[in-house]
Amino acid sequence: MSETELTTSVLHGLWALTNRELKKWYKEPVILLLSLIQPVVWLGLYGKSLNFGALFTQGSFNIPGLDIPKSVLDQIALEIMSNTFGTTDYFSFLAVGMLSFVALFTAMFSGMSIVWDRRFGFLDKILTTPVPRGSIVMAKVLSSTIRALLQSAIVLVIAVLLGMDVSKFTVLGVAGTFVALFLMVFGLSSIFVMLALRSTNWQSQMAIMNLLNLPLLFASNALFPAKYMPTWLQYVVKVNPISYATDIGRQLLLGSPGLNTLAFDFAYLAAFAVVFSTIGILLSWHYLTQ
Amino acid sequence: MSYVIDVRSLTKIYNGKVKAVDDISFSVKEGEVFGFLGPNGAGKSTTIKMLTTLLRPTSGTALVCGFDIVREQNSVRRVVGVVHQEYTADEDLTGYENIMLIADLYGIPREVSKQRALELLKLVDLEAAAHRKVETYSGGMRRRLELACGLVNHPKVLFLDEPTLGLDVQTRAAVWGYIKKLKEELGITIFMTTHYLEEADSLCDRIAIIDKGKIVKIGTPDELKASLGGDVIELEVDRVVEGVDGIIKGIPNVLEVKELGNGRYRIKAKSGEEVAPLVIEAIRTRGFKVKRISITKPSLDEVYLEYTGRSLREEEADKEQLFAQRATLRRARMQ
Repeated sequence: MSETELTTSVLHGLWALTNRELKKWYKEPVILLLSLIQPVVWLGLYGKSLNFGALFTQGSFNIPGLDIPKSVLDQIALEIMSNTFGTTDYFSFLAVGMLSFVALFTAMFSGMSIVWDRRFGFLDKILTTPVPRGSIVMAKVLSSTIRALLQSAIVLVIAVLLGMDVSKFTVLGVAGTFVALFLMVFGLSSIFVMLALRSTNWQSQMAIMNLLNLPLLFASNALFPAKYMPTWLQYVVKVNPISYATDIGRQLLLGSPGLNTLAFDFAYLAAFAVVFSTIGILLSWHYLTQ
Repeated sequence: MSYVIDVRSLTKIYNGKVKAVDDISFSVKEGEVFGFLGPNGAGKSTTIKMLTTLLRPTSGTALVCGFDIVREQNSVRRVVGVVHQEYTADEDLTGYENIMLIADLYGIPREVSKQRALELLKLVDLEAAAHRKVETYSGGMRRRLELACGLVNHPKVLFLDEPTLGLDVQTRAAVWGYIKKLKEELGITIFMTTHYLEEADSLCDRIAIIDKGKIVKIGTPDELKASLGGDVIELEVDRVVEGVDGIIKGIPNVLEVKELGNGRYRIKAKSGEEVAPLVIEAIRTRGFKVKRISITKPSLDEVYLEYTGRSLREEEADKEQLFAQRATLRRARMQ
């Protein structure tokens, strides 16, 4: 077999397995619809209920004895908002965080399907074919990445419809945000697939997911700026890839000042994706054959 | 090279203590249907998993079509087809999509595989259901689809792990029909495991009885039965008299005579069909009459009992195996 033929056959198998996962999703309108409803509910409920801006602008906020004009108060409020969130609108701040959040949730499920494949013998069946072991793992990662990006795109559209600030949007900015999300999900999915490689037990897989999802979300800047967090938590935020993807999104979509330079954010996410997908492939060689 | 499968001192020890397969050696000839007969936990599935590169042997090795199962895994994978014990097809896809998926994993070009998928669906009579989701298939249909999936790469050797597990008698007979067809029409060498004696008897050219990880006996079904020392003739004479056993013992090929009382005798003999008329003849010439006579060929059940010291029974499988089997059985019952 020549080298080009070999490459085609590797991609052939990889795409066949990826497409298998995606088919289950796009061929089932109900599942597709349900997986879209979840982010909408989160964005609508969470984004609209935590209306930080209204704390200052809508209440009868004033200091007794001092008669500060309403316009001054409003100005102070905007300054505080802008200083805290990098934008005067918390909903826009949160919407970017939601993009990462939705992508994280989809990535988590990448491990589940490998557990089911093992239990039903499907994994054994594909392991007796010459398809490269790495392709089996990468197909899971790739399919969950594609799903995650599609869901994030839908969340972005809905966020705009619900009033997200679009004044700083550029084509390049949106594209860059999705590149960042791609890198983040690719790395996260690799981690979750890796955790599931040896597992035959979906309950333990669920437990791992539940253990990690909310802590990963709260220990990032997705919902609230990291600078007001205690120092120990800031260290966690600094290694959490979700923070980097969100930081890129806020800089590119909202024009907020970033925690790091864009270049550093992208480099971190790229390294994260490369390192964990490589480990995933290496482990698949080892663990898929006993 | 005369052997399609050549196993040499194959051993698998789990977790450093459980000997699942204990130093087995055997060979399978081209075009042969070779059966592994034994209870759950005897080491049948472990052997298949090693021969199909799913498990690494602890020691020893095997050649499949001349390729080493440890050092040339990818070459082995290209020439073998495997039909697992469980229903492994993806339920959310159609039968056709399942076959195409496996074809893609073998890297078969689409223009070839489209044609081949249709041929295979026709071979197992699933053309009408080809574009239905597998979740709507009955147990027999699923088993046939598994067979088709195992043939996608036109294998030289087909491994069948418990091919009729959980099927009713009729469906089982139908699956046997397909397996015979594969052997006769395509000349594929088949290695199968089973814990059904009738299945081993009717399908296999040669059988290896495996027990606790060791092969206790190999031979054709007839050889195995003959090794027990022949057929059993039971006979009842109209009068109770002394000396009948003496008359019978004088007949050639009679090995053993036992008096059961009330004029009944049990005779062990080589080729019972030929001995029985001689027995009747001999008794008649002495003035007695044979009231009743029956010839029993030894079944594999007795062979199994002889070599393993117990009858074929279900052994407790581990949790995972039980789950998979339950899932298989549940889906097998769905009509």
